[in-house]
Amino acid sequence: MTNSVAELENSDCIFVIGSNTTSSHPLVATRIFRAKQKGARLIVADPRKIHLALMADTYVRQNLGTDVALINGIIHVILERGWQDQGFVEERTEGIEELKKTIQSYTPEKVSEITGVSAEDIVKIAEDFGTADAASIVYCMGITQHVTGVDNVKSLANLAMLTGNVGKESTGVNPLRGQNNVQGACDMGGLPNVYPGYQAVTMPDNQKKFESRWSASLSDQVGRTVSDMLSGLSDGSLKALYVMGENPMLSDPDTAHVEEALKAAELLVVQDIFFTPTAELAHVVLPGSSFAEKDGTFTNTERRVMRVRKAIEPVGDSRPDWQIIQEISNRLGYAMAYDSPEAIMNEIAEVTPSYGGITYDRLEGSGLQWPCPDRDHPGTKFLHKDAFARGKGMFHAIEFMPPAETVDPEFPFWLTTGRIHVHYHTGTMTRNSPTLNAEVSEGFLEINPGDASQLGIREGDEVKVISRRGQIRVKTVFTDRVERGLVFMPFHFVESNANALTNPALDPIAKIPELKVCAVRVEKAA
Amino acid sequence: MDYRTALTTCTYCGCGCNLYLEVLDGQIIDTIPCKTSPVNEGKLCIKGWNVHEFVQSPNRLTRPLLRKEGTFEEVSWDEALEFTASKLRDIKEGYGGDSIGFLTSAKATNEENYLLQKFARAALGTNNVDHCARL
Repeated sequence: MTNSVAELENSDCIFVIGSNTTSSHPLVATRIFRAKQKGARLIVADPRKIHLALMADTYVRQNLGTDVALINGIIHVILERGWQDQGFVEERTEGIEELKKTIQSYTPEKVSEITGVSAEDIVKIAEDFGTADAASIVYCMGITQHVTGVDNVKSLANLAMLTGNVGKESTGVNPLRGQNNVQGACDMGGLPNVYPGYQAVTMPDNQKKFESRWSASLSDQVGRTVSDMLSGLSDGSLKALYVMGENPMLSDPDTAHVEEALKAAELLVVQDIFFTPTAELAHVVLPGSSFAEKDGTFTNTERRVMRVRKAIEPVGDSRPDWQIIQEISNRLGYAMAYDSPEAIMNEIAEVTPSYGGITYDRLEGSGLQWPCPDRDHPGTKFLHKDAFARGKGMFHAIEFMPPAETVDPEFPFWLTTGRIHVHYHTGTMTRNSPTLNAEVSEGFLEINPGDASQLGIREGDEVKVISRRGQIRVKTVFTDRVERGLVFMPFHFVESNANALTNPALDPIAKIPELKVCAVRVEKAA
Repeated sequence: MDYRTALTTCTYCGCGCNLYLEVLDGQIIDTIPCKTSPVNEGKLCIKGWNVHEFVQSPNRLTRPLLRKEGTFEEVSWDEALEFTASKLRDIKEGYGGDSIGFLTSAKATNEENYLLQKFARAALGTNNVDHCARL
């Protein structure tokens, strides 16, 4: 997030797009409720009529994968009516002329045809967002998990910059990070192109710095992303995969392909706390310890580094992951001798400029938000206050492109996937929590009652859901949360694995798969 | 009777709610939200209130497992670690470090993520490091 969670409650207008906030980030939703109580306008755009939609001032259901068109339409109206922040645009940004040219054709009428959102609603959203003193954008995987994921995010950045809603309190472009430490995993260099702190592996200065600190010779080649690793296993160019606390058999698109890839590995090492479907395929399974059994830090969605503290001894013969890695490294001949997670954090602070001022003693209390470059720095509540990282903010002129797969007579339903309030990601933890699993213990397919009656199915019936990549059986739930022609499934349940169906088509830049859109057929199960 | 609490950070979504795990004689018995947390201010969602439940589940992995002739066998740490290290060494020597990939974890701590990417880059010489940020 460019801004902080607490700032949301003082926004005058909040635009939530592609985030089912009450289910997936309940304690962020709390701030949205408070803002609403204080009089903020709430705009929700989501193909499903999610809980937040019920309390929105304006709720629109855009067709799956049409976000760029919708946002361009909003920008079109803002520019036409003069609701932009001209001072901000002139002082802090560049590229506005290109943007203006591109969005000229995105009239509310044309956008309405693409998105299914009425022209009146597009004007209303533009007015609420464009005329607010402080407006915030909140988004999640509904924006990013598309072949146009990068375009979608850039479009939201256009909207925020055009209206001067970035670099000040209670504004910003705010992605909600889905996993407790996905922010930290990225910050720590768990990415193929960067060292910790987003220092590019291709920059010779960075390479030299880490070679000297780590006493090793390092590669200057960008590595493989998850999907490249899987295809590498399939074609034999990758021989081994070491998986720490991840479950690609459920989290990745097109499960049949994932399974084939993992089975082709000469060596699959899985380090986890439970025997996941991915662990089932491993050659060796190393039992790690959970968050309750070790010290460390997590970095949350607002860049706040916070302490994790050991409550109990490791369960059974499990070991904290850092000890396992250190032990293997030493056996391999690359010496590591950390005596505690704190010693590792001290090294992180030394090599990571944005974490430079972070020490365990300073994290007591509320933690610290990066960038926190030195010991005296108080941390950073919101980003881009006086300048953007590149200096001026760049507008990107972006044309709408349809999703990779669209419906046809053979696969007439749009399928989208997501989370539900009692479960988390691939269910490894929540399905092992008796209270949570008792709430919802099996997967389901949300379908509009009109479509269901046309198919001759009754609520609760098991149906077959078939895509070009696989088929599953699942029970149905009738609901108008989905419009006719759209169905939804949560992806927490191994017994009815939604990702057996999803499309592995990737965004060309971010390499994120289009998990939020694919075409399926629904059949009565025999 | 030994009762203690540990102030920590929730392991589910990215909100980062602070909570106390209540521990009685080595068993985690409950979760209490932290009132002074800047994120959750004394509140938790249904997942957070029950975050202690999976920790000591009977389904937890408690021993290293090694596949021998197609089936898993419980083995000692020494055997599992030696197997892993020697296989990684063989593959690195046979095909180069870039023939190995690493998935770090959005569930593990910063320190553990740092260490795994350092291991991949420094010990095996590859930037094949990624995780489920996109999923």
